[in-house]
Amino acid sequence: MKVSLKWLEDYVDVTLPVAELAQRLTMAGIEVKGWQVIGSNWEGIVVGQIAAINPHPHADRLLLPTIALGTEQQSVVCGAPNLRLGDKVAFARVGAQLIDGHTGQVIRLEAVKIRGVVSNGMVCSEKELGISDYHEEIMVLPADAPVGTPLADYMGDVILDLDITPNRPDCLSVIGIAREVAALSGQEVHLPEAIYEEAAVPIDRQISVDIIAPDLCPRYSASLITGLKMASSPRWMQQRLLACGMRPINNIVDITNYVMLEYGEPLHAFDYHQIRGKKIIVRRAKEGEVLVTLDGARRALSRDMLVIADRERAVAIAGVMGGADSEVTEQTTAIFLEAASFDPASIYHTGNNLGLPSEARMRFERGISPELTIPALERATQLLVQLAGGKAAKGLIDAYPGKQEREPILLSTGRVSSLLGVDFSLDQIKGALTSLGFDCKPGGSASEVRVTAPYWRSDISLAEDLIEEVARIIGYDRIPVTMLSESVPRQDPEPILKLKQEVRHSLTGYGFQEVITYSLTSLELLNKLLPKPHPLEPAPLRMANPMTADQEYLRPSLRANLLAALSANRRHEEGGIRLFELGRVYLPRPKDLPDEPEMLCGLLTGPRFEQSWRGGEVSLDFFDAKGIVEGLLSRLGVEASFERCSDESLHPARQTAIAIEGKRLGVIGELHPKVLDAFEISGEVYLFEVNLMALLPLTIGHRPFQPISRFPAIVRDMALVVDSGVAHRQVQDIITSFPLVSQVIIFDVYSGGQLPAGKKSLAYRITFQSPSHTLTDEDVNKVQQQILDKLSAELGASLRG
Amino acid sequence: MLNQLEEIKQKAAQELEAVTQVRELESWRVRYLGKKSQLNGILRSLAILPLEERKKTGALANQVKASLEDSLKQKRQVLRETQLDTTIEKGHIDITLPGRPFSVGRLHPITQTLHEICDIFVSMGFQVVEGPEVEWDYYNFEALNIPRHHPARDTMATLWVDVESEGGERNMLLRTHNTAGDIRAMETMSPPIRVVIPGKVYRYEASDATHTPMFYQIDGFAVDKGITMAELKGTLYEFARRFFGEDRKVRFRCDYFPFVEPGVEMAIECLVCGGAGCRLCGNTGWIEILGAGMTHPRVLERGGLDPEVYTSFAFGMGIDRLPMLRYGIDDTRLFYSSDLRFLRQF
Repeated sequence: MKVSLKWLEDYVDVTLPVAELAQRLTMAGIEVKGWQVIGSNWEGIVVGQIAAINPHPHADRLLLPTIALGTEQQSVVCGAPNLRLGDKVAFARVGAQLIDGHTGQVIRLEAVKIRGVVSNGMVCSEKELGISDYHEEIMVLPADAPVGTPLADYMGDVILDLDITPNRPDCLSVIGIAREVAALSGQEVHLPEAIYEEAAVPIDRQISVDIIAPDLCPRYSASLITGLKMASSPRWMQQRLLACGMRPINNIVDITNYVMLEYGEPLHAFDYHQIRGKKIIVRRAKEGEVLVTLDGARRALSRDMLVIADRERAVAIAGVMGGADSEVTEQTTAIFLEAASFDPASIYHTGNNLGLPSEARMRFERGISPELTIPALERATQLLVQLAGGKAAKGLIDAYPGKQEREPILLSTGRVSSLLGVDFSLDQIKGALTSLGFDCKPGGSASEVRVTAPYWRSDISLAEDLIEEVARIIGYDRIPVTMLSESVPRQDPEPILKLKQEVRHSLTGYGFQEVITYSLTSLELLNKLLPKPHPLEPAPLRMANPMTADQEYLRPSLRANLLAALSANRRHEEGGIRLFELGRVYLPRPKDLPDEPEMLCGLLTGPRFEQSWRGGEVSLDFFDAKGIVEGLLSRLGVEASFERCSDESLHPARQTAIAIEGKRLGVIGELHPKVLDAFEISGEVYLFEVNLMALLPLTIGHRPFQPISRFPAIVRDMALVVDSGVAHRQVQDIITSFPLVSQVIIFDVYSGGQLPAGKKSLAYRITFQSPSHTLTDEDVNKVQQQILDKLSAELGASLRG
Repeated sequence: MLNQLEEIKQKAAQELEAVTQVRELESWRVRYLGKKSQLNGILRSLAILPLEERKKTGALANQVKASLEDSLKQKRQVLRETQLDTTIEKGHIDITLPGRPFSVGRLHPITQTLHEICDIFVSMGFQVVEGPEVEWDYYNFEALNIPRHHPARDTMATLWVDVESEGGERNMLLRTHNTAGDIRAMETMSPPIRVVIPGKVYRYEASDATHTPMFYQIDGFAVDKGITMAELKGTLYEFARRFFGEDRKVRFRCDYFPFVEPGVEMAIECLVCGGAGCRLCGNTGWIEILGAGMTHPRVLERGGLDPEVYTSFAFGMGIDRLPMLRYGIDDTRLFYSSDLRFLRQF
């Protein structure tokens, strides 16, 4: 909302400098985003009067007006078509700063000879003054403009740019802001008096109003003005409208807009002669009813929309937009002027469904007081009589089925201090509230007051609302700063938070960069994860109003976005890349919010070390991915087993499920080459994925300490030859089944060479140790033989010769 | 024999002097102190000497032996030190060569910021809790005093999930603020409560340098008997002091949020211009950091708490702006670009 300070001064004396005023308003909740000073560079520009106009001796199109400036006169050369003797104009002296009407550049005015005649200044256009872009004519000032006065004093202004919060529809008006200014600077508000002459015939003999839907229209007031002459509105009104960001149209429309800005009450003018049956009916729209609105669009109405109708058809969508049929036109001579109160929710729904934003709708939606209709209506009627030559019918129409009395609110000093943490006296409280127009009556005791909010404050209903008023008028900076005084509440930290933190720190330790990708993704991207296309099962959750096609679905896994991130980085990154994301995925559940498990997904690709003078550029592989997962789980005190699985996005022969205590909670594998192709990634990429919500319960609790044996260990190496199909895990399980074996490490895997086809060699380093005595070589030999026998019997293993 | 001993002593000393390598010491030792050495022969033959001579010779022989052993020990020490000095000298490396490039992982700057903020509030007795990102209209709006037609909904453009309730209305959404978690926390905990709720929020907004459809917020609230606005101020000032530094000025002004009354906006003095006014702060000198206030009585009621007994404050702030301000990042989209050239800087 933009407000002219000059206009504001019609209702309140502005006693503060602009910066101070802006600061107080902002602190009190009316945020001043900035302000524009009109006339700040009008030095040397004064109000003048055209005292004489002589022809230019050498040019037909130029004239030589003489401008009276009070104590002196100046003669200039001027080419404007609208020079008129006696008109008041803005005169720029030599040396003044102006905007060049042709180039738009800022220039300093010099005395120049034009076709042989010296011009000692300039009569200015609006463009030259920086008021508008209009440069066809010189600007003519009102007849009462004081000659000789600096223009900045006469028509300079400051335009405040305000941000009004949705709870303060009353402040979407100049008077509303004036009330705030008054309260914040200890001044009084003076409202315009709306006095005008009425014609003899009463309004209700000429038109009547029937509210059929009082639930949606608590009040409908109207006046009738005839004999109007459509013209431009006066310059001062146009200037104020422009300053507030509204385009002047004609005197009738401008007056309705002016009063809306002044009082905050939207008004609507109907062409009286277009109202059929001379009756206004406020009702819900009929099924299938259609209205062509002011903007020329055909609007299909529905039964939950409120319309203003005459006897035959709808003539306006209440509070949202008027109909084209009853619009004020060049031919209009009589108007039926509406000032009504509508249900905010209804206006919101109707406006939203029709996609029609407007200044009126915005005000109605915020809930303006029904009490506002009459003052605004009287003011507008007065202006129509005064400025548009209208005659007002006798009286007003005022249908008010929804009148409600305001309940007083009891407020005590104790309540104020217990909420704010500071003691304000009853006088301070009453003083703040009274300055805002609240009515304060004695309460039940000396520390209480019974407060009734003024009608324009529709946002006030509770004691807390009053306390905010008190606090913001006295000043939030008067509230002290104290630390929470009560003891710290019981803490039950969520275990998932600790797990997430540990996982994040482990992975950064393994050299992974954390990324955060959008939770929303596209079907196209998700489908890239499928080597063979098929519908996703279950279907991911779709947005009803996606912003863009690539953010239409909630991700069912972290993979797609992470692979896209890898692909994007590959365009500028050579060498190894290790990325991880820890975040939620969204799995639909019938008739409920989706499940949102926290997932970990990591990707690794490229060389294990960056290129270095130490050499050794070895590529990361499946076992790096597995080693990282094993390391992570080991840090979390969890031991996993790895099982075969068939994840379609992964290389069929290079993937494993991560299983703990029989529960599968993740996967490790090489990305399927076709998937990598789809994401335009070359080289092998390894992925691991862990469901942290599934992992969480397994990480809780503590494993008991294992005593360290005091007795020496004996280490033996054992190279075995087995069939290629035998898995390391099978061998290891047999070796570790012997109680004296404390550790088994596989240190070599070999095939080919001298080994027969279909065989491989696995070499183990086995540590033997007893917790109770020193082992002898004989003890170990015995066990080693038993191990070999068992391996031979169960897996066909033999010692490598 | 005594002369012989003197000769041995001299010769041995000369030879030892000439030794330069540790490994040569052993042959010297065998030669002069070994079983077959001349000195040992003399010592063994002592028994056959007459008593007087035996005494004399024995004393000298033992003296020589001790002296040789001592020299050997000293020589060994000297040679060992020389040897180590040489090893050290040979071990020269060019320490200006780069280290082996281990892959370095980093946390996302938003994660780092969230950890820092949570730590500050945890130290003031707040507990971190999380809520669902896909939420019911009820928790995100309705219970927070934002019914369907409320104009405040327009300031939080909503992404709706494409499912409808039995009544045919959309009621599932991506939470637009973490205040959505407040009522849930009130429902499951009992006062006194102090919690902060960090996490992602979503808005139906086109991306540009200052907007992304997903971003991070942290919300917090405290409920107890006698919680005051002065304590809200104390809590938030303490946060600002620790996050932005001791000298950063803080401003508390009236603002409106439907779920608090009175409502507050907290701003800090602009980090770029220090309050003089610049492009970053829109020439106001202040940068808005968070919204807050005393929890609205109707919201407490919705959370199952009696507003006649308990008071509460609440606050909520966007996270993404904080690292932007701290590091001078000019485009918020970078956070979600996954661009390693960006992320590696934090």
